[in-house]
Amino acid sequence: MIETRGLRKSFRSRAGRETKTVDAVRGVNLDVAEGEIFGFLGPNGAGKTTTLRMLATLIEPDGGQATVAGADLRKDPAGVRRRIGYVPQGGSTWDESTAREELVLQARLYGISKADAQRRATRALDAFQLTEYADRKCKTYSGGQRRRVEIALGIIHEPKIVFLDEPTTGLDPQSRAHMWDEIRRLRTEGMTVFITTHYLDEADALCDRIAIMDHGEVVAEGTPAELKREISGEVVIVGLDAATTPHAAQLLDTEAYVTKLETADEGGLRLYVDDGAVAIPQVLRRLDHAGVELRSIELHRPSLDDVFLTKTGRSLRES
Amino acid sequence: MKLARDTWLIFQRQAQLLLRNPVWVFVGVFQPVMYLLLFAPLLKPALNAPTQAAAYKIFVPGLLVLLAIFGGLFQGFGLIAELRAGVIERSRVTPVSRLALLLGRSLRDVVSLIAQAVIITLLALLFDLRVFIGYLLLAYLMLALIALMTSAVSYGVALKVKSEDALAPLMNTVAQPVLLLSGILLPLTFAPGWLQGVARWNPFSWAVDGTRALFGGDLGNDKVWQGLAIITVLAVAGVVWAARQFARSVR
Repeated sequence: MIETRGLRKSFRSRAGRETKTVDAVRGVNLDVAEGEIFGFLGPNGAGKTTTLRMLATLIEPDGGQATVAGADLRKDPAGVRRRIGYVPQGGSTWDESTAREELVLQARLYGISKADAQRRATRALDAFQLTEYADRKCKTYSGGQRRRVEIALGIIHEPKIVFLDEPTTGLDPQSRAHMWDEIRRLRTEGMTVFITTHYLDEADALCDRIAIMDHGEVVAEGTPAELKREISGEVVIVGLDAATTPHAAQLLDTEAYVTKLETADEGGLRLYVDDGAVAIPQVLRRLDHAGVELRSIELHRPSLDDVFLTKTGRSLRES
Repeated sequence: MKLARDTWLIFQRQAQLLLRNPVWVFVGVFQPVMYLLLFAPLLKPALNAPTQAAAYKIFVPGLLVLLAIFGGLFQGFGLIAELRAGVIERSRVTPVSRLALLLGRSLRDVVSLIAQAVIITLLALLFDLRVFIGYLLLAYLMLALIALMTSAVSYGVALKVKSEDALAPLMNTVAQPVLLLSGILLPLTFAPGWLQGVARWNPFSWAVDGTRALFGGDLGNDKVWQGLAIITVLAVAGVVWAARQFARSVR
């Protein structure tokens, strides 16, 4: 659905008298498949929005190639525009207009007839549970309602791909969960969804695949599960008395599924395994068989933050 | 065809928003009405005009050109608000014609200007101003072209500077000398030679002269076609330049 090779963009910024060139995006390669929710994860300033705006034809790349929904980004931007929807980060509705007016206008800007535009607007209002407020001015809406109008605006022409730039930033937890459901619904309707986010839990819960971006480059790409497995696998933490720990370590060290074993000073073991869900029953069986009594067992799955930390040397939360 | 359709869509939307809050049309007309009521009565003795009506024939055309220049130049503020709300970006991801994004807005401004001009003209009728309707319509064409140009330029500049803080002083700096050098308040026939020389380079001075000739019933005066021609060329240039700003990538 989206394929980019070496996509680049730099900006000239002026600080005082000096002009300097900032490489916002330095050669991004992406492959996004049809019907997936693809997430762009990274701190602010990583180049996520710039990449998105290039793919949405809003800014011209300095170099590289991209095909979006079958149209060449550089040779046929108009073709790209017809097939994509774009929902910007900072909002896109006008205070004095109503949701219905905005939706009808947006549909008509895509060349849709008046009658059809009105039908689509009614349907979208219904789908996004906005019918009740449809004829009120946008300035009276809550943050969540307004965001839903904006997403409805982005898909009113039934695009193949919709780009959502930070769709849940600034929403309260409930609206956020609601928004996730809306985004999943877009996928079930056959749309490819490309979102940017700087929330780890959002990328984890929502996205089929993720690209982690930092300093204008993609530093890792894969499904959330793959990315997390790639860094260290999973960790099974076995709680044991100090007295029984050496014996248990001896028993488990030879097991094939344990890639690495660490002993804690105060007793207990950390087992690095590929798949914790498979390893736990085997650990239990082995120890039970040998008559070793264990106090607790717990599975630690690495978070995307661990992935980010490994790939960039920084924690996403602090950057 | 697509251009006409898209322009109509943008025009409709902008007109609808204006009509929802029509108070702005009257706010715009307030200042010229004040001039008409509180300044114009000084003119008959000052200009040595034979009658009050003769003085109005000189003053009202200038006032209308002033309205067209200022009404247009300050439209950019609305566009900056739209930029900030993301409305422009939302339009720019659609296949809508870039020229239509500009024309729809500028034509809305032209229509609201003509509405204001009609209000002023009707008021002036109360002061015994009499103009042949055909000449009046031609004068309105001149005003429409001026407003088209100034509003287009204002939108183009707004897209470039993107901030009200920069737009306001910029527009004032441009408007002030243009205003004084066009003989709007008093005809430049009273000006010393050097001032007249400078004013010859101000296109709006030609527009004011042409409009005055029309109000004076002097269709054959060269100033009429010269003024119209100069303003038409500038309006086309302004629209082309501003439309390119709409088409260009905005960061």
